[in-house]
Amino acid sequence: MKVYIPDTLRSYTGDQRTVTAQGATLAALLIDLDRQFPGIRFRMINEQDGIRRHMRVFVNGDEARTLDIALADTDDISIVQALSGG
Amino acid sequence: MAKRTAAPRKRAAAPRAEKAQPIALLIATRKGAFILKSDGARRTWKTTGPFFLGQIVHHMVLDPRDRRTLLASTSTGHLGPTMMKSTDLGRTWKEVAKPPAFPKAPEGAEGRSVNHTFWLAPGHASEPGVWFAGTAPQGLFRSADGGDSWEPYSPINDDPQYRKWMGSEKDGTPDGPKLHSIIIDPRDAKHMLFGMSGGGVHESFDAGQSWRVIIDGMEVVEGFNFDPKDPAFHDPHCVRMCPSNPDRLYQQNHCGIYRRDGKGAWVRIGRSMPKNVGDIGFPLVLHPRDDNTAWVFPMDGTQVWPRVSPDGKPASYVTKNGGKTWQRQDKGLPRAQGWFTVKRQAMCGDTRDPVGLYFGTTGGEVWASRNEGAQWTCIARHLPEIYAVEAAG
Repeated sequence: MKVYIPDTLRSYTGDQRTVTAQGATLAALLIDLDRQFPGIRFRMINEQDGIRRHMRVFVNGDEARTLDIALADTDDISIVQALSGG
Repeated sequence: MAKRTAAPRKRAAAPRAEKAQPIALLIATRKGAFILKSDGARRTWKTTGPFFLGQIVHHMVLDPRDRRTLLASTSTGHLGPTMMKSTDLGRTWKEVAKPPAFPKAPEGAEGRSVNHTFWLAPGHASEPGVWFAGTAPQGLFRSADGGDSWEPYSPINDDPQYRKWMGSEKDGTPDGPKLHSIIIDPRDAKHMLFGMSGGGVHESFDAGQSWRVIIDGMEVVEGFNFDPKDPAFHDPHCVRMCPSNPDRLYQQNHCGIYRRDGKGAWVRIGRSMPKNVGDIGFPLVLHPRDDNTAWVFPMDGTQVWPRVSPDGKPASYVTKNGGKTWQRQDKGLPRAQGWFTVKRQAMCGDTRDPVGLYFGTTGGEVWASRNEGAQWTCIARHLPEIYAVEAAG
């Protein structure tokens, strides 16, 4: 499925704004993403499998708050990062 | 108990071969890293960088065993922490495969997550490739492959007693308590120390498998009935081991400057600092060949703790007799309205003779002295907020 990557993580994807990854759950999709782009997962998901404080993941426009939600091949995934502070 | 007085000791001679070598200063800032390179005389400096522009660089350290590998711990305000590695003195960088991270907690248990790696320390000379890291929240980590992958190290990370001493986010600096000052005894790889802000100073003689608290003699904040025997109430800012005498430690603490000899108690040598300056600060630098000489950079620790140079008049202070007396060193520094803050990793020395001293301010200036603090010169300005300065000769 299609995954939208924010500016701050495009150094991992070779500057690709959109990539393709697979997984029956969000957790599995992020593992596949990390397999393709090593290191990207830990920048947005901590070691307790929590979505980091300023990161947001949307599935078809709805915010995902945990990694155990089921995904379908036709889903659109958007990874978004809040830009705040100085 | 080892007895050692503060009597002047004969200095070992500086290695002749080092005299003409240029110095590289590894500057870690809140917005990236820089390297300042000197000529052989340490008179002119050239700035290279920024590296990792926009990333918070907490510490950048050269591996003294190969003199080519650099590690830099980085994070951003929004992304998780990571670490960068160069094997060609900073010309090229690669992200490490597995930065420090706590283990996943069992279901239902509350796990911890590394916010940033605060302190990097190369391992013993006999263990090439070994590095140690201290994190916030407080944890001790080890790499055996030159920093490419990291694992939690020693029982302290999960020890209930240590977890209590480590405290929570409320108990440390604004961005969390930090494990720092990881020291490996050059005589014995199994002899290690570290400090926790807060949580005291700890020592191991078995490569980190067991630890003992060494806080005897350290004072706690007055007026709150805090128990000085409880490590949780101790906040060492910077602990250093004398390169010329590893039995001697110095410490800049939240509550003063200390020296410790052998297995004795800490002695508050900051009592002999001028009363109007006090003995509060963050960094502490030791002479590479003289265990009686140490430098500090005092900060205002009164009332709300401004953490700036007392009275707006920055100065280093040096002792040449183990802390019996201190001399002010402010030549070249602003005489007034100089509100410097120098963080605990942001002051260092080189190994030349005379020793070069360097510090970076949160205002983005780097200052250098080619003569052990007798004269200071600003060698870089307009950099981002400086977190750490390391000298690589």
